[in-house]
Amino acid sequence: MPPEERNKNPKSQKNGAGKQQNNSRFPLLFLGAVLLIYAVVAVFDADAAVRSLQAFGGLLRQIIPVLVLVFILMFLIDLFIRPQAIARHLGTESGVKGWLLAIAAGIIATGPIYVWFSMLADFREKGMRTALAGVFLYARSVKLPFIPVMIYYFGGLYTTVLTAYLILFSVIMGLLIEAVDGPEAPQGPPAAPEPNLLTEGV
Amino acid sequence: MDIRASAGKTYRSMLQVLPQIAGILLLVSLLLTIIPPEAYAVVFSGNPVADPVAGALVGSIAAGNPVTSYVIAGELLSTGISLTAVTAFIVTWVTIGIIQLPVEMEVLGRRFAIARNVFGFVCAIIIAVLTDATLTVLGGGI
Repeated sequence: MPPEERNKNPKSQKNGAGKQQNNSRFPLLFLGAVLLIYAVVAVFDADAAVRSLQAFGGLLRQIIPVLVLVFILMFLIDLFIRPQAIARHLGTESGVKGWLLAIAAGIIATGPIYVWFSMLADFREKGMRTALAGVFLYARSVKLPFIPVMIYYFGGLYTTVLTAYLILFSVIMGLLIEAVDGPEAPQGPPAAPEPNLLTEGV
Repeated sequence: MDIRASAGKTYRSMLQVLPQIAGILLLVSLLLTIIPPEAYAVVFSGNPVADPVAGALVGSIAAGNPVTSYVIAGELLSTGISLTAVTAFIVTWVTIGIIQLPVEMEVLGRRFAIARNVFGFVCAIIIAVLTDATLTVLGGGI
């Protein structure tokens, strides 16, 4: 579909990962809804709300280093990596190297899955193949730092077999997601003369 | 190369991402607080077909550090819950996120997010069955 036609397609804008989300009010609405749930919980069980907030503080302390890492990566990627490079190494023409790169990156990536969403959206805007974004997210289920813990609880053979299946299925997952969502992120209308590659995807 | 422009973009991105992550963390904290680990065992009936589905469902809703899922899974195994159910639970714990689904749809697109979570749920059950079967064949069951 030519870009001018694609830009007129409201469906592609609605489902796209990126441009139409510029200046989205969703993050604040989402946070507001969650705070509302906390207010309701506090009315019925104030102790549970306080304990939840304490747990939130603990989780926040764990996640801050990962978030800092992600934002540094996003800054460096925007500064140094051009869309052509993403398309070449992780795009539809990247071949076996792209699959291996996505699997390796997913296994190495630390922290919860949601901290990587915005970076992947940015990558997809720059030409990352949909299947490889799916591979990256599923390969994250292989938790290298926690493998000794898994071996302790379930044994070495179980850990080896499960890890092998997780890597195999990360490829299957990528292909399945791409079959539904298409090989590339749908593009919306150009928002500004200079595209904002980071905030567009968030 | 424009450092100020890239820093500005990263800053605006942070303003969008941080409220979403704060919301997810608040929801996860609430869930971890109000659902005690022993409550997970209640949903398993001993049915070889229903238990893996139940395990995958519980893992999809629950969230937190993967080590927590290993600890809970170890407890479930010791109470007689099947390895297939426990494996489905472990896999969906780290791959599926009902709580963060609205954020995932917003950031990566609705079709991508729904496809990823639905296929991930089914694949978790298949992986669990295959892992159990492979261990049986290899003679290395837990």
